[in-house]
Amino acid sequence: MSHLLEIRDLKVTFGGLDALSGLNFHVDEGEIVSVIGPNGAGKTTFFNAISGLVEATEGDILFEDESVLGLEPHQVTGLGIARTFQNVRLFPNMTILENVMVSQHCRTRQLVFGALMQTRAFKREEREIRERAEAALGFFGSRLVGYRLEQAAFMLSYANRRRLEIARAMATQPRLILLDEPVAGMNPMETAELTGLIGRLRSEWGFTIVMIEHDMRVVRDVSDRVVVLDHGVPIAHGSYDEVSSNPEVIEAYLGRPLESRA
Amino acid sequence: MSATMNAPISGSSTAPALFDLDWRRIGTWGGLCALALILVSLIGMPVGLDRRMIIEGRLSLGYLALLWIPLLFGYVVSKRVVLEGVETPDPGARDVLAGFCTGVLSGLGPVLLILGIDNFNLREPLVNWGPPLLEQLTFGRGTGFGIVAWFGIGAVLGLLGSALHVLPKDVRRVISFVIYGLLSISVLEAVISDLSEGFGLESLTDDMYARRGGLTVKSSIILAVVIGVLPILTKGRLKGATNHYKELQGEERKRASMMLFSGVAGLCIVLPLFLGKIVNELLANVGLFLLLALGLNIVVGLAGILDLGYVAFFAVGGYTTSVLTSAESPFFAPELHFGFALIIVIIMAGLTGLVIGAPVIRMRGDYLAIVTLGFGEIIRLLFMSDWLKPYFGGAQGITNVPPVDLGFAVVTGIDPRSVFYLVLVFCTLAIYVSWRLQGSRLGRAWMAIREDEQVAEAMGINTVNAKLMAFVVGAMMAALSGAVLAAKVGSVFPNSFMILVSIIILVVVIVGGMGNIAGVLVGSFVLIGVLGGPRQPGLLQEFQSYKLLIYGALLVFMMLQRPEGLVPSARRSQELHQEEFLQDAWLKGEDHDTEEAAAAAAAGGSEGTGEQA
Repeated sequence: MSHLLEIRDLKVTFGGLDALSGLNFHVDEGEIVSVIGPNGAGKTTFFNAISGLVEATEGDILFEDESVLGLEPHQVTGLGIARTFQNVRLFPNMTILENVMVSQHCRTRQLVFGALMQTRAFKREEREIRERAEAALGFFGSRLVGYRLEQAAFMLSYANRRRLEIARAMATQPRLILLDEPVAGMNPMETAELTGLIGRLRSEWGFTIVMIEHDMRVVRDVSDRVVVLDHGVPIAHGSYDEVSSNPEVIEAYLGRPLESRA
Repeated sequence: MSATMNAPISGSSTAPALFDLDWRRIGTWGGLCALALILVSLIGMPVGLDRRMIIEGRLSLGYLALLWIPLLFGYVVSKRVVLEGVETPDPGARDVLAGFCTGVLSGLGPVLLILGIDNFNLREPLVNWGPPLLEQLTFGRGTGFGIVAWFGIGAVLGLLGSALHVLPKDVRRVISFVIYGLLSISVLEAVISDLSEGFGLESLTDDMYARRGGLTVKSSIILAVVIGVLPILTKGRLKGATNHYKELQGEERKRASMMLFSGVAGLCIVLPLFLGKIVNELLANVGLFLLLALGLNIVVGLAGILDLGYVAFFAVGGYTTSVLTSAESPFFAPELHFGFALIIVIIMAGLTGLVIGAPVIRMRGDYLAIVTLGFGEIIRLLFMSDWLKPYFGGAQGITNVPPVDLGFAVVTGIDPRSVFYLVLVFCTLAIYVSWRLQGSRLGRAWMAIREDEQVAEAMGINTVNAKLMAFVVGAMMAALSGAVLAAKVGSVFPNSFMILVSIIILVVVIVGGMGNIAGVLVGSFVLIGVLGGPRQPGLLQEFQSYKLLIYGALLVFMMLQRPEGLVPSARRSQELHQEEFLQDAWLKGEDHDTEEAAAAAAAGGSEGTGEQA
């Protein structure tokens, strides 16, 4: 049976340092999978390798049975993989609406001619882009729509920036969304809300989700499976309960107990 | 409210004594001002500009070049930085005293210069060190008078400059209106007398301007009164009108915009008919550079590609037109009509854009700027080279480019009005293209690339293609400008396409306001119209030799004080003053808290679905 995303023996090396090695892993349509691990474990590198920002040294990444290795980032997005960034990277001086409109670039066609002649096709496409953008923003309630649409993105609060980034990824019309620490920096209430929204991303929008997260309550609440990385090597794999009781995982996070070190 | 409450408290408890001044600050600014006066004197401005009169017999441009300096420094030294949360005492006598001291100190500059010129001979390295400057500085009345006069002038100007802070706002408005008004009427002398001639009102301007140039004393007093009354009459009207325009919606807005547009268009078409040759020539030059600046605005302002070799496309346009239309093109002379040539020019520009762009576009930031700088020079050197001399005529260029025969009219350099109309058509086209592209899918992609190229790529934008498109569109506009230039001048030479052209256009775009069509328009008129282009004289022809200095000074000043340009796009000024905007938003109490609370309440329910899923 074929998987939506399949990682085979993935290895990423930065000048002699193995940021990732021997990663085997797959995601099926409609799953929510979390990737966890201590800092520097290679989680973000894993995302970068999938989205084409970092080149894989060995192994293969298959999306719907086709290799995405060697593709430009925009081609990967075109195939249907969208992502957010750990350190929120919006287009700060574009309006909120524009941020979400621009990410539909690879799903739209109009070029110079349509814009200059204001053809019917151009106007229709602009209208559709706007509708889709508003739909994605509306997913987060009222806080990103209305008067906010025309505000510059930098004026948003931190939590709203994270939400806008997710909306921007949604607007690329992906099948798989990679969320890099979606709740980092949010307060407990905001976290709880976003946890619910991640669930709805799957149930209402039909996205498959791979998520890097440090907040174990979020991981527990939404993920079907959990993969644990440490020093670039996968050390555990399974449901949250299996993984959280795995001694190796506890060791990676907390260190070895004192008596066994002697 | 709080300001009125704070003022008396700070006045009573912390009011400093009158002479408790920040002497260090005064010393620094006064010294700088003295140095500035010496510098301006020694580069020859006072003597060189003395022939251009502002007010007949009283004030020449030469003296004005000196006198504005103490005024500005007086203003600056007493300017207070108002910090949030720190009490700032109201401006008062202390500030005026500070301005006065700065002014006196600045008088030291010319005084030292007078004494120096009188006693030593430094003519060898300093060309302007000599009797004409001494004569100018001492007002032709001897050293002693000059020394006393400069301390006095400095003191008065410093006092006036700092007094601007103390005066009520309305008075300040009137004063600035009078000063700017008189200055612009005097600077625009050529345009105004040209216009009045066109309308048959010579008698009016004959009275207004003296025979040797400059306003007459009588007319300047009358004008000052008239202009001074204006701000009192129009107070708040203009702002009200623009606000009203902004609030209009839908159909009404459309109608108002149409009226505004047709008004401007009508003016552009009718006005040149009443203008003379010189002013029309000037307008044609402004148009040529506006066309260039609009193209560069797309490349730099929208897509964020700092292209310093932009002149290359200007050259390609000029040379392609010349080769295709001139009978004296050395190698290949099909002598096409301008219209046909134009099609090929645009295609050539697009191709050159692709050829230069393809290798360059993969670089970022500084590297890209340096590489484009190189390409700009390479193109000029190629046209200049002996190697390509059989094709492009080397340093002699291509001459005898025929005028544009449109059937009903002939566009030729001898008739600048016709050139202006041709340029007007192209500029309108370029403005339309810029405007439409800005609001399209491509324009958004350009902006995203300017903001964060890597993220733009990750969001599905083919950045290489989008950047190439920006390069090509910009190149086409520059080439159109080059084509008109060739037809206007009737010849092309490699030296018309110096690197300086790129720099000046970039300054036009930056000073006007990057990424903003209106800004580019204003920038072209102010810089090219008043100061002049790289080879084209502007309204202040006397500035010709100081043009680059002024361009440079202006660029530095704008970058420090007003990086968003003369006419900022709303977005750009937000970007450059992010912190203030955020603070304003915070002060306004954007209701984050209530929103978040509501959201959290909603989340309580949705968390359950998350768990089930």
